[in-house]
Amino acid sequence: MEFDFADEQPKLLMLMYGLVAFVVVVGGLLLLLDVVPAWFAKRREAQLVAASTSGTPLPRRPKQREGFFAFFFLLPTLLLLAVGLVVPAIRTMLLSLMDGSSTNWVGLRNYGWMFSDDSIVRVLINTLVWVVLVPLVATAFGLIYAVMVDKARFEAIAKSLIFLPMAISFVGASIIWKFVYAYRGEGDQIGLLNQIVVSLGGEPRQWLLESPLNTLLLIVIMVWIQAGFAMVVLSAAIKAIPGDIVEAARLDGVSPWQMFWQITMPSIRPALIVVAVTLTIATLKVFDIVRTSTNGNYDTSVIASEMYNQAFRYGQNGQGSALAVFLFILVIPVVIYQIRNLRQQREG
Amino acid sequence: MTTATPTVAAGTQKTDAPKTTAGRVRKRLNTRTATLVSIVIAVVWTIPTFGLFISSLRPEDEIKTTGWWTAFTNPQFTLENYQQVLFGRSSSSGQLASYFINSLAITIPSVLFPLAFAALAAYALAWMNFKGRDWLYIAIFALQIVPLQMALVPLLKFFSTGVSLGGITLMPAWDLVDEQKFAQVWFAHTCFALPFAVFLLHNFISQLPGDLMEAARVDGASHPKIFRTIVLPLITPALAAFGIFQFLWVWNDLLVALIFAGGGNETAPLTVRLAEMAGTRGNEWQRLTAGAFVSIIVPLVVFLSLQRFFVRGLLAGSVKG
Repeated sequence: MEFDFADEQPKLLMLMYGLVAFVVVVGGLLLLLDVVPAWFAKRREAQLVAASTSGTPLPRRPKQREGFFAFFFLLPTLLLLAVGLVVPAIRTMLLSLMDGSSTNWVGLRNYGWMFSDDSIVRVLINTLVWVVLVPLVATAFGLIYAVMVDKARFEAIAKSLIFLPMAISFVGASIIWKFVYAYRGEGDQIGLLNQIVVSLGGEPRQWLLESPLNTLLLIVIMVWIQAGFAMVVLSAAIKAIPGDIVEAARLDGVSPWQMFWQITMPSIRPALIVVAVTLTIATLKVFDIVRTSTNGNYDTSVIASEMYNQAFRYGQNGQGSALAVFLFILVIPVVIYQIRNLRQQREG
Repeated sequence: MTTATPTVAAGTQKTDAPKTTAGRVRKRLNTRTATLVSIVIAVVWTIPTFGLFISSLRPEDEIKTTGWWTAFTNPQFTLENYQQVLFGRSSSSGQLASYFINSLAITIPSVLFPLAFAALAAYALAWMNFKGRDWLYIAIFALQIVPLQMALVPLLKFFSTGVSLGGITLMPAWDLVDEQKFAQVWFAHTCFALPFAVFLLHNFISQLPGDLMEAARVDGASHPKIFRTIVLPLITPALAAFGIFQFLWVWNDLLVALIFAGGGNETAPLTVRLAEMAGTRGNEWQRLTAGAFVSIIVPLVVFLSLQRFFVRGLLAGSVKG
């Protein structure tokens, strides 16, 4: 049987409902805020007219109602944040102190489990490897590439090609790389990596099954996706270095090496920090790559994917929540560092 | 954030001419080598994607027995794989056309809602005077800290059983079936996007010239009117930047969809289906390669045509938490 478009119509109808809801909510809000003040203005005008004809003293000017209006502008956002983020986050903290079915309090047992269960300790170590390697390698590569490609011919095209993986989903990227890592026991290899190994005289290997190599190979995927981001931000920072500084240094006869360490690096330090911190946060939460490539098997699981497995596959809400809270705790210092840094720049 | 992220300025400094011929030659050689190396790296970077694309066009037995690079010496191309994964109706074939529509139905509202709500909130936080304004802004900004993993379990429970406090039902269960589950996904994506969206748009809106607002206020324009007629047109580039961000984010998302969309072809987006195919049919490369390319093509087109806006958004707030 072929694809039948008629089957898809309920979805499009639902999409239309969504769009209607959007117009009603946003349009309604703006309209309401336009109509209500107009009504007030009209009433005041009428009062003024009445007052001037009857000779009674003028009513006082109404107070500024800015706060009242601001409340309505902020209402959808505040409501959604409370329902969708704040309350659930607090509940997750509570759930992490309860058992799998969320009925009995177990104190800190879930956290104890996290640090004593061998497979979870392995997960924590893997996460650490990810968090160290991804920001480091992706930032370093992005920086080197940004310096190298600066003012080169075809700069725009070369940069676009590196940047392109940013548009690809982690799932898509994982499939792309699974294909690179593909293994055939006999006959021709279809995976590029094994083909290279074979043509160099080696034996083909099952890359994704060998721990700890497989974790590194998954990290390659993340680096491949994120290096373009680092490159774009750092390249913009390099181009923003004032020309006269560069020129003065050049007149002083500094070598390219000195130029890089003494002029370029200090100038782009803020951008470097932003990139490294952003990548660190993104890496801590990496889930799709691990799930699509190995499903967390063969010792490749990380906190975010293990959290999904515990809470949604094994029905262990307590343990899953504990992992989520731990993730949260890991993110906090990184973000605080970022905020402090931004504030310093803003002042300086 | 804008201070953290230098604006893109074309390299305006003059390249001072080297004084000796040798120096000039060396300089040119340096640029040449750098150009060459950077192009080689860019090409290597693209090879995995290119290989996938070539494979997706090859006949099934060819993909399974020979490497995609042999297609250069033995070119055999077909659209059979795409035909199969998109329109095939057997449960193993992919049925991706169906999932493609799901992805669209999920993504469009999930981009529009946070965009509108965040723009309203950012305007209020930047240009309306009320008590606790700065405090509120910081609170919303700080919510970027919360990883969405923290919200998943309770939010799912909230959809399935509603909210009750001390025996009183504050909010009934949503009890959604089939395509109605889109609403859950829209809701989740909107909530999760808001802190970053407010932050990014606030950066732009707060930098609009104050005189403009002042003049409009004096003329008696109301806040909704200022928002509609003055602010919205001026922040279109920022809206575009965030819109592309959010579009790529939602289209490429796996985690939120996996939890809130349900697994079937009534609601699950492409990413969910692909991840499933990679898990259960890891060796059916003819389907996986074509399927992956189907899921990539839309974000790729959006990205390539709107790259300029995307980069601008990236540079304005390179901190998707």
